[in-house]
Formats: sequence, structure tokens, C-alpha cells
Amino acid sequence: MKNLHPVIKIKSFATGKSVKISEKTLEKTQMATEFFSDIGNMAIFIKEIFKETFSRDFEFKEFLRQCYEIGNKSLPLIAITGAIMGVVLTIQSRPALEDFGAVTMLPGMVAISIIREIGPVITALILAGKIGSGMGAELGSMKVSEQIDAMEVSATNPMRYLVVTRVLAATFMVPILVLFADGLGLFGSWVGVNIKGDVSIVLFLSQAFSSVEFIDFFPALVKSFFFGSVIGIVGCYKGYNAGRGTESVGVAANSAVVLSSLLVIVVDLIAVQITDMIL
Amino acid sequence: MKNLQKEPVPTISMEEKPGRKMIEIIGLKKGFNNQEVLKDISLQLFSGENLVVLGKSGSGKSVLIQCIIRLLVPDAGSIEVLGKDVNSLNRYELDELRKKIGFLFQSGALYDSMTVKQNLEFPLRRIRKHLTEKEIKEKVNEVLENVGLADALDKMPSQLSGGMRKRISLARTIVIDPSIMLYDEPTTGLDPVTSDEISALINEVQKKYKTSSIIITHDIECAKATADRIMMLQDGEVYLEGNINDFENSTDPIIKSFFK
Repeated sequence: MKNLHPVIKIKSFATGKSVKISEKTLEKTQMATEFFSDIGNMAIFIKEIFKETFSRDFEFKEFLRQCYEIGNKSLPLIAITGAIMGVVLTIQSRPALEDFGAVTMLPGMVAISIIREIGPVITALILAGKIGSGMGAELGSMKVSEQIDAMEVSATNPMRYLVVTRVLAATFMVPILVLFADGLGLFGSWVGVNIKGDVSIVLFLSQAFSSVEFIDFFPALVKSFFFGSVIGIVGCYKGYNAGRGTESVGVAANSAVVLSSLLVIVVDLIAVQITDMIL
Repeated sequence: MKNLQKEPVPTISMEEKPGRKMIEIIGLKKGFNNQEVLKDISLQLFSGENLVVLGKSGSGKSVLIQCIIRLLVPDAGSIEVLGKDVNSLNRYELDELRKKIGFLFQSGALYDSMTVKQNLEFPLRRIRKHLTEKEIKEKVNEVLENVGLADALDKMPSQLSGGMRKRISLARTIVIDPSIMLYDEPTTGLDPVTSDEISALINEVQKKYKTSSIIITHDIECAKATADRIMMLQDGEVYLEGNINDFENSTDPIIKSFFK
């Protein structure tokens, strides 16, 4: 059979004998090695975050600044996204409920959808794009321009000052933003209901919350904390470990968004399974 | 160190050195990806002197000073700074040592998100924690005046020229009153006039703050202006050590290619 890829000879670690291997196989092996070493490095990174979080000299002022940067500056984006999410979900759900003559269940159905799933996941995905890319690009450019090294030689622990504060700020701000998005989503839903009807906000909310229970609300809030941690850790990890060239900043920002979005979905899947088992 | 082929240049003996050893490196080795960058480097920096480390790009000069402040961990050898073995220090002890060392980065490494004032206050607030707000303000103004940029206080780094960035970076380094200064290519990327100004500033800092300095450069004019002693690196090894006259009078082709 004809070889599609060039073949090279390498020495086997196991036997010491020379073996033939295609360059493609070697390339895939290197990719796999990089993938697993990346996982290992991230585990060490997370361990360092835990260690520095509980160390003395916590950078409280920087933590508050990051809360402001992440929380306050994301409000307009989350408000618009949340409201549109509510309107669209209501408009899309109405025909299906109309077929069964169950339009009165619309507020309750939308409220459960938003609070349980759509609110946290959509908000987390939007924030993975905004915060994740911001952290990846900011820390990546600080790495490239030696600012992290400058911090290190100024007797300031960059892990504590830059990473721990950002990860904690993301962890605490994402759930708050999720609640905010849920609220705006319900408001958007009320607007959506009123496009084809006339329902007061009081009646809408009483119908919506009569369908919602604590077990709908609590797991969603808990998983939002994990979404925030994932976004913060991935964004900081990619930025902090960016290469030395300027193109690494773009790579760090891009990979931070891709990986954190993917992990948000994975964490959601795990959270739903756990919630399903427990409740 | 290699033997010179035509005219051996004597290195300065220990007895002639002016003061105590600030830095002593013995047998330093450092490599990346199976490639040895530094091969058995030994040097001493004495109190109050400016040691210029010359060498072409890729000769391991920057790696050398990054090992001194443990931004890089050496593969072998010992580094003693102010009598402390850098490689055996824990994080707290290392931070304490770093408070006595100023490091001027090649790029300046000013914090982009902070104004000039905040850049200067950042190390002060962390290293000189006992200072009052008034003392911090006075110190910031003093170092800015020393580098000739008293009016740049509220500017962002992006509003500064290359020379100004280097000056502010130098001000941020000297604001903590370091005993040792490490300069990584202080004049790279600057025009000749600004390079001369930075070289003059390095000498002023040495006199005013009584620092001992290692200046990494491939700029001969900077070396001539600042060096008490010069060490030349070639392929990761010390090629020659001496004063500026030793280098200028050398007939060795590699040294001549630098000093022509």
C-alpha cells in the first residue's frame, strides 16, 4: 500500500530499536502530549489559585476593582441580552401553547425556562465572550510586555494580585449577573406576552412565580458560581501562560473564549445530572 | 574564559575591587529545549561599580540577569546576591531580597492600565509600606524630577515616547531605593541622543543612589559611557573581562568587530 505521509525512523523508548513511524502519527502524538500537559498545567494553576486565595495579604482593593470591572461594566450587555431572551422565548413558545389552549401557562413556563436553564447558560456564554476574552487578552499582553515579570520583581505575587482577584470576582459576579438577567428576562417575557394580549405586570409575575419553586432557583444559582469560576480560571490561565510573541495575545483571547464556552456547557451538563439525581 | 589569541588582556584582580561583593555567580548554566544558553558563567559585582555585560543578541545576556533575580531558575551553579543564595530562598525571602534590587526591563514594562503616578506608587505602596501619603507623593515627585519628567505625572504610558517610557521605568525602579540595579538593554530602540541621555542617567543614579549595577547591552556607546568594568559573553561563555581600555586596545577579531 502506498504511504500517504512521509515516514521517518525513530528510536523506540521501550525496545531501543529503530522503528518506522509516519510524520502524521508523530504530529498527532505531539498534539496529544500538548493536550495532556495543558490539563496538567491547568491543574497546577488551579492548585496555586486555591493556595493564594487563602494566603495572607489578600488583594482586597484589586478584588473590588475587578468586581466593578466584571460586574458593573457587563450590566448593559446582560440587560439587553436578558430582555431579548425573555421576549423571544415568549413569542416562540406562544404558538405551541395556543395549540393546546394553555396560553395562561406561558408566564410560568417561560419563568421556569429562564430561571432553571436559559438565564444562567446564556449569561455565562455571553460573559465567557466578554470576560474570558478580556482576561486572556489583558494578561496575555501583560505577559508579552513583561509587565507580569515587572510585578514579580516588585515583590508582588502576580498570581495573587492578577489571577486570584479576577477568578474570585468572576465567581461572585456571574451569579449576580445571572439574577439580573433572569429579572430582565422575565420583564422581556411580560413585554412579549403583551404583544398579543393585555396582562398587568402584577398578574404576570404572580402567574410566573406560582410555577417556580425553590428547587428551580437554587441549583441554577449554585451552577452560576461554577460558571463564573470556569470563566475566570480559563481566561486567566490562557492569558497568564501566553507565549512571548504578540500573536500569542490573540491566541490567548480566542482560546479563552472557546474553552470557557465549552466548559460552561460541560459544567451545565454535569450540574443538570447532579440536580436530577439529588432532587 | 577563552584565551586571547594575539594579545592577552588581563582581568582585574579581586584585590583591586573597590568594595564588598554584591553579587557572586559561580558556574552558572542555563539551557532551553536541550540548547545550552549559558555555559559555566562566573562573575562578581562589587559595591558601587557598574559592570557592563556585552555580547551580541542570543549570547545569553538577558538570561543571565533574569537568573540573578530568579525570573529564571538556573540548571546549575550558585548565585549569591547580598550574601544570600538566590536559589535556596523561599517565596517570602525572595520577595524581601527583590525589594533591594531594581530591574529595568528592555521594554520598560510600565503597567498600561495605570498612569505614570500610579506606576510609581505601585512598588512604593507594596515595598515601603510604612510611608505616609505625603511621603509617597514627595518620593514620586523626587524621582520624576531626577529623570527630568516632573510634568508626566498624570499621563498614561501610551502617551509617552520610547525615551520617556525608559525614563519613567527607571524612575519606577529607583523609587524603592535599591542597592543593586539590573539594566536589560537600557538603550535598545532609542535614537543616539536619547541613548546618551539614558546612559548619563544611569551614571547619575549610580552616584546619587549609590547603587551597584549590571548593565546588559550591545550598545558600545552606552558601555563606554557607563562601564567601570566590562564582561563580554560569546556563545554563552565569558569571552573577556576588563576595563574599557582593555577592550578598545584588543586585537582580538571578535572584540574588534564590536569596538570598530
